[in-house]
Amino acid sequence: MSAHTITPEPSYLEYKGKYKGIFAWILSTDHKRIAMLYLYSIMLFFLVGASLGLLMKFELIAPGKTIMEAQTYNAFFTLHGILMIFAVVIPGLPAVFGNFLLPIMIGAKDVALPRLNLFSWYLYVVGIVLVLISQFAGAGPPDTGWTFYAPYSFRTAGNMLPAVLGAFVLGFSSILTGLNFIVTIHRMRAPGMGWFKMPLFPWTLYGTAWIQLLATPVVGVTLLMVVAERTLNIGFFDPALGGDPVLYQHLFWIYSHPAVYIMILPAMGAISEIIPTFSRKSIFGYKFMVASTLGIAFVGYFVWGHHMFTSGMSNTAMYTFSLLTFLVAIPSAIKVFNWVSTMHKGSIDLQTPFLWALAFIFVFMVGGFTGLVLGSLAADVHLHNTAFVVAHFHFIVFGGTGFAFFAAIHYWFPKIYGRMYDTKWANTGLVMFFIGFITLYMPMFYLGFMGMPRRYYDYDEVFHGGNIVSSMGSWMLIAGLSIIIINLFRSARSGPKALADPWGGKTLEWTVASPPSLENFEEIPTVTKGPYDYTQD
Amino acid sequence: MDTHRDDVGSKIGMWLFLLTEMLLFGGLFIVYSVYRFRNPEAFHLAAEELNVFVGTLNTAILLISSATVAMSITAIQLKNKKLSLVLLGITIALGLVFLVNKYFEWGIKIEHHIYPGSEILALRGHGDVLFFGLYYFMTGLHALHIIAGLIFIGFVFVRIYKNKIDSGNFALLENSGLYWHLVDLIWIFLFPLFYLIT
Repeated sequence: MSAHTITPEPSYLEYKGKYKGIFAWILSTDHKRIAMLYLYSIMLFFLVGASLGLLMKFELIAPGKTIMEAQTYNAFFTLHGILMIFAVVIPGLPAVFGNFLLPIMIGAKDVALPRLNLFSWYLYVVGIVLVLISQFAGAGPPDTGWTFYAPYSFRTAGNMLPAVLGAFVLGFSSILTGLNFIVTIHRMRAPGMGWFKMPLFPWTLYGTAWIQLLATPVVGVTLLMVVAERTLNIGFFDPALGGDPVLYQHLFWIYSHPAVYIMILPAMGAISEIIPTFSRKSIFGYKFMVASTLGIAFVGYFVWGHHMFTSGMSNTAMYTFSLLTFLVAIPSAIKVFNWVSTMHKGSIDLQTPFLWALAFIFVFMVGGFTGLVLGSLAADVHLHNTAFVVAHFHFIVFGGTGFAFFAAIHYWFPKIYGRMYDTKWANTGLVMFFIGFITLYMPMFYLGFMGMPRRYYDYDEVFHGGNIVSSMGSWMLIAGLSIIIINLFRSARSGPKALADPWGGKTLEWTVASPPSLENFEEIPTVTKGPYDYTQD
Repeated sequence: MDTHRDDVGSKIGMWLFLLTEMLLFGGLFIVYSVYRFRNPEAFHLAAEELNVFVGTLNTAILLISSATVAMSITAIQLKNKKLSLVLLGITIALGLVFLVNKYFEWGIKIEHHIYPGSEILALRGHGDVLFFGLYYFMTGLHALHIIAGLIFIGFVFVRIYKNKIDSGNFALLENSGLYWHLVDLIWIFLFPLFYLIT
């Protein structure tokens, strides 16, 4: 294997193509360069979204107006939601690590449709530009929240059209990425790599891609209907014209709940790569991991109604949605058990990516269990639209996907840049980030349970204490985040050179050079072993 | 850099894309069913106002154009470039005729003050507002797909003319044909839903 590590080919960072300067990147159809385009754009909008979050937390540090007006606060949580959901978390792992690693992990030179891949990134940029236009043009920024609920979304004076169209275009970009991955996995696997020799990260990307493909079009057409409502006054969702706003909620969540699994499945996939590597042990229950991935993807389609328990549904529908919601917990729990069982009697190496993975399992479990609380009908009536919900989905979306993103970047960083980061700073950042995260969101469970509603810039005096703690947590979190990012940026430029396989990983990406060459493999490998085979060592 | 070509892969990609298109319209079919269920009477009466003759004519036009694009694919496989171009030309022409018919159909309705936001339409009640709202939205979205399909086929036409597509390399032509069949298929559902169920 080590014969492959030294290669005369220039790396993907260095090779000279047809174009020069920045065009060598923005016109490149190389999956690795496209992944980097996504990485930098996603990091940028993540920082914008995080800054908005920080400011909102600052507003909430005391009752009444602290630093912003109510309308500004509404605009902030709307933009925070749109950016974080559509521009950061949904494309996060698939578009960055999926693009970079999927072809390498299945032994291919690129994705099946490279030009479509680049086109998806351009659509992503167009979507972002539309969202940004909504902030600065017209009557004022959107103030509906990222869900664009009818009928307010076509009554508000806010500049909804570009924001809704932007979300539509971002969805289209996500569909094309998913389509590309499905074709890639079906057509490009290296000889010998049967379906059950495929590593788990590609498997989760496969499940994710199907959700992207099957769910996104529904929200796409729903957003187009909102556009038609605003421009033509059609009345689909307007009670004054016979339309039904609850129908909007159904159509919206038919996509947007499966979207949660678009966010979390690849995160679980990345964790499933990291844990065997640092336990020096094959993943426990590989086939169950695959089955649970597909199970989550499948059942995830039929639980959207749990967002609408207080919107008006028949009792039968409510029971059914509640039951199905509980069922999703089973495959999720299988994954957690298997991760822990993989560590059991493993030879554990406590490196930064592994620590992130441990943190992930913890926050994911908190997020998952509180999800069950919200999935129970009676509890949900009490907790609906409170800070409890906000805490829950931040534990899943930020705690789950966000932590997995940082785990993934610390795991594959040496592969991507060919350099190593400073472990001490990385761990310091992680600890601060983790403490900040818990301090920020844990009090919100309590506040929500006590009845503090979400999406208000003001609150009753009784909630003051919890909000102070929560806001202070946000400062700690941002401090940790800054350390992490500065450390990574510095190391990408001047860190010590990394080996091809610094962690002792067994999947195919560790058999090629760090950073990989343009074509990844000079010769397409033939796969004979399962993905996490440590029996040789 | 890459001479890799995978016709099967690009066709799988197209089929997956068509699946997303079906789901896009699927959302609208749900909306249609819900409102039809709630306003059976009004939907029934409003559907009678649409011109079944023009609808049938357009259905025939699209079916024939689907046949010609399929024949064009066979023609290129038989290395008959000229016939292939003629058949694609007929497909494009039929697509344009469909749009012209649609234009006049919409034009007459709008002249009668039947359009979204019209006050006269609003006086007729919720069922009519929703029926015609859906009519304009769904046939409008379908017409946009016709236009996209025509651009796609026009692009393929030029590629064949320049010999970039030939009997050994016609996946793109097949994909444009697939897309055109989908546009046809969706119309096959729109036509009875709006014109025939009365």
